[in-house]
Amino acid sequence: MTSLATPVESHVQAHPDNRSFIQKYIFSTDHKIIGIQFLLMSLLFLTVGGMLAMIIRWQLGYPNKPLPGGTVLPETMAPGGVILPEFYTSAVTMHGTIMVFFAIMPLLVGVFGNFLIPLKIGAPDMAFPRINMASFWVAVPAGILMIAGFFVEGGHASAGWTSYAPLSADPEYTGVTAGQRIWCVSLIVLGLSSILGSMNYITTVINMRAPGMTWFRLPLSIWALFITSILVLLAIPILSGAVIMLLFDDVLGTHFFLPAQGGQPLLWQHLFWFFGHPEVYILILPAMGFVSDILSNGARKPIFGYHSMVYALIAIGFLGWIVWGHHMFQSGMNPTLGTSFMISTMLIAVPSAIKVFNWLGTLWGGKIRFHVPMMHALAFVSMFVIGGLSGVFMASTPVDIYIHDTYFIVAHLHYVLFGGSLFAIFGAVTFWYPKMFGRMMNPTLGKIHFVLTFVFYNLVFFPMHQLGLQGHMRRIYDPTIYDFLKPLGGLNRFITISAFLLFASQLLFAYNFIVSWFRGKKAPANPWEDTGLEWTTPSPPPHGNWPATPHVHQPPYEFNSPHVKESDFLPQTQSLDAIPGRSSAGAAH
Amino acid sequence: MNPLSWMLPPSASTFAGDIDRLYYLILIITGIAFVVVQVGLVWFLIKYRDRPGRTVHYTHGSVKAEVIWTAVPTVTVVIIGLLSGRVWNQIKGRESVPENALPISILAKQFEWHVTYPGPDGVTGGSDDFTIRNQLHVPVGRAVVMSMTAEDVIHAFNVPAFRLKQDVVPGMTIRAWFQATEPGTYELGCAELCGLGHYRMRAVVTVHAQDEYDQWMRTARQTTAQR
Amino acid sequence: MTRLSPWISVGLVLVACGEKKGAGGADTTATAAPAPAAAGPTGGGSITGTVKFSGTAPANPTIDMSEEAACKAKHSGTITDPQVVVNGGNLANAFVYVKSGLPAGATYTAPSTPVVIDQNGCLYAPRVFGIMVGQPLEIRNSDPVLHNIKAVPTANRGFNISQPTEGMKTTRTFDTPEVMVPLECNVHSWMNAHVGVMSHPFFAVSGENGSFSITGLPAGTYEIEAWHEKLGTRTATVTVPEGGAGTAELTFGPAA
Repeated sequence: MTSLATPVESHVQAHPDNRSFIQKYIFSTDHKIIGIQFLLMSLLFLTVGGMLAMIIRWQLGYPNKPLPGGTVLPETMAPGGVILPEFYTSAVTMHGTIMVFFAIMPLLVGVFGNFLIPLKIGAPDMAFPRINMASFWVAVPAGILMIAGFFVEGGHASAGWTSYAPLSADPEYTGVTAGQRIWCVSLIVLGLSSILGSMNYITTVINMRAPGMTWFRLPLSIWALFITSILVLLAIPILSGAVIMLLFDDVLGTHFFLPAQGGQPLLWQHLFWFFGHPEVYILILPAMGFVSDILSNGARKPIFGYHSMVYALIAIGFLGWIVWGHHMFQSGMNPTLGTSFMISTMLIAVPSAIKVFNWLGTLWGGKIRFHVPMMHALAFVSMFVIGGLSGVFMASTPVDIYIHDTYFIVAHLHYVLFGGSLFAIFGAVTFWYPKMFGRMMNPTLGKIHFVLTFVFYNLVFFPMHQLGLQGHMRRIYDPTIYDFLKPLGGLNRFITISAFLLFASQLLFAYNFIVSWFRGKKAPANPWEDTGLEWTTPSPPPHGNWPATPHVHQPPYEFNSPHVKESDFLPQTQSLDAIPGRSSAGAAH
Repeated sequence: MNPLSWMLPPSASTFAGDIDRLYYLILIITGIAFVVVQVGLVWFLIKYRDRPGRTVHYTHGSVKAEVIWTAVPTVTVVIIGLLSGRVWNQIKGRESVPENALPISILAKQFEWHVTYPGPDGVTGGSDDFTIRNQLHVPVGRAVVMSMTAEDVIHAFNVPAFRLKQDVVPGMTIRAWFQATEPGTYELGCAELCGLGHYRMRAVVTVHAQDEYDQWMRTARQTTAQR
Repeated sequence: MTRLSPWISVGLVLVACGEKKGAGGADTTATAAPAPAAAGPTGGGSITGTVKFSGTAPANPTIDMSEEAACKAKHSGTITDPQVVVNGGNLANAFVYVKSGLPAGATYTAPSTPVVIDQNGCLYAPRVFGIMVGQPLEIRNSDPVLHNIKAVPTANRGFNISQPTEGMKTTRTFDTPEVMVPLECNVHSWMNAHVGVMSHPFFAVSGENGSFSITGLPAGTYEIEAWHEKLGTRTATVTVPEGGAGTAELTFGPAA
């Protein structure tokens, strides 16, 4: 397949860099710096999201007991340290909001979309470097605003990260006034950042691939980021529109969603989930791409079924648009509509299954190196399988009657978002850290962090399946109100303790990340012996990435190629003709 | 009951059995897939780990494998889908409400369930109806159809023992039905976040033997309950 | 644009903080009291009287507390909601206040002692009361159950707060006069109270025998209004001599 546009010989390459400190590191147009800026911001928000989870878990494990250290919280949140129901609901809301929008999404797309795309396609930077800078600096006020919501009178938004109307549309129902409005404005601003970014990524991938980097020579991480960016570009405006309508209902007296004046509460759900389902594929597709890159590297073998993997990514991206109603099976919408969404939802399991089998096929017959990124990538496969299989239960509309809005759903979403995406993120950060910072993260700390995280993570989230099967509802402040939930107090407590240990284990990652930046072992250009273009330039690359445009001669993932005996990997830029004493027989396709 | 069990708790309605059977079918299928994949994964990690002298089996894939692992999951999910669709229609289908079902009206509000029972005329909506807070009384072995609406925000009617859950939406009247099979008391909870009191929106469902129900109904009609 | 972004964020935060204005939600005692020093004109005069009821009193509805055992245990027998309390032709729980007649521009400082409303046995006590603008309202939960007290004013900023534990106290204030602000519990829909927010201290609630007394008034002619939660309002004009007492009798009927 020939490229859509002729790859441009870029003339702007590495040259004497006389930018000021501010131009280099603060208001930088360099995609690598912007990627790191997103990384630092997102890791901060990941921590905040984690802290909110600790508040939730405390209340569920020790209902109505004072939170240790909780007396620092104001009386409107936790008088005497005892978490109030309205603060609990707000914590649940903000945990989801921050993790989805300010942690996972920017970690996958803002960080690696920015950092990897030009490097892995052979471009000196993004198509629009200044718009790229704008994309980060628009995300910053959105983040500040979202944090500010905790400090306003009435508290932060508390209608769930899904913000169903009318609960979210009228302050009378929650007592939350400014907080919900801040939530809306912050997401609108963040949406602008996402749209700017995605437009850049799409244009760059289409137009700026180096000569020889045809579509079917792109690594799967880039395919995944490309398809994700299309999803972002199309889905985020829908969220923005819906949130604007919600804000208008709240402050301007419109009634899109308020039934008293003829509005439709279900309209919010349709709009939100029409965005929301593509959103969850935005939250997993890049992770799948990174896992493919890392698994192939660790197994020292080409990815199994590269073309199928591309088509599976495309299929997931496409099918993701027609399943949104599975979040609404019990909503009161026409049950026949539910059946049609069940069909599409059942079908979307297939491309995900195809990917899992292809990853297994990649490992089969390999020579597996268990470096830290590989461990995380393997954990992704294992955990994503659990998350995917649990999805089959809820895809079945009658079974969903029972498990909807229970902890079974919470288990499922955390298996795909944490067990899946977050492990992939840990792996990806570790894998591309040397390219970002010129140093290696400490592998021993990395392995300990991995093992602790993997163990505690499963102790936290696996039992949530069973909690849900016993009928434990979501978002409830005190389960002991219900007799049928009283026997589950012990399990809730066990999960809580595991969650505290899980959170504490992340200190290892934080320490490793920060200390390695200054004291990590200096990294060579290609510490992982990988085939991608980014490893053919120093760690970190200079501004402009290469002295001259690279030329691509190989498909991705050529490990242990029979054409090459000298080493077990064949870089994409390596022409077989250029190896002395070798013919080009059987040259790469 | 063991909280770590994958078995469902006991149920007490007619369609619960269909739902539970579907659940167990999916559990078996996904359980097999789970074991095969996880065991396969671990086995590959052990068998194909980096050891001196290991040679890599270089391949770009197998079309045959792709066909198999596309077809098998597709057929599997289609079968599950077809079986599910049938049960779904029987429970939630608009035409599925049994004839002669006992009518009850439910009004959900922050944070209470107001249950309105028909008066002697046997239909709801009349002035002889009476309303009780947070108590749902029904006779065993008789279909009950509830017309549900909410006063303020979206709530969800949820009786796990009946395997029944239905969002209750302001501005809409939604019907849901069930038939209890076992006398006893069960719990009704709200299953859609509706505000700070969401966790406390609990009602008691009492399934009476028929004669007990008649007795209760007589007494309740005499005591004018507050609406 | 990028150089503006930090300023946009500052601006947005300031807008959000602007939402904080209005003392109706502060959670510490004695916030934003009216300007000090000018304690308005008082005197030795008073208005006393009786709120009466003629006709057949409507029956009060019963309350079914069977699904709130801890509250039901605090009552014996049938629980009725005392919406209309008539004793021997006298009406209790009518809020009586000076509607007009005070010197123009008179301002009064609110006391710092809180008015207490208690939730006990899943009923508000008192169910009708007055408070001054800026005076703390202390909300107590004497029940071992969740109460979710919600104020639904039209002129003031409302509040909607939970008190899940027994013994909790929360304080709120109102910053605008309003007759009357309804209070309700979202967990127990039979719970209702009403508070009259006054800019002056000349108000009272009629007792079990219908009597009320408003003291500290300067001499003058006043219009007073009696407000009842079910029966509407009645007004009367009363002249208060210097250091003396004016009397009034306000009569309600069965219809509002």
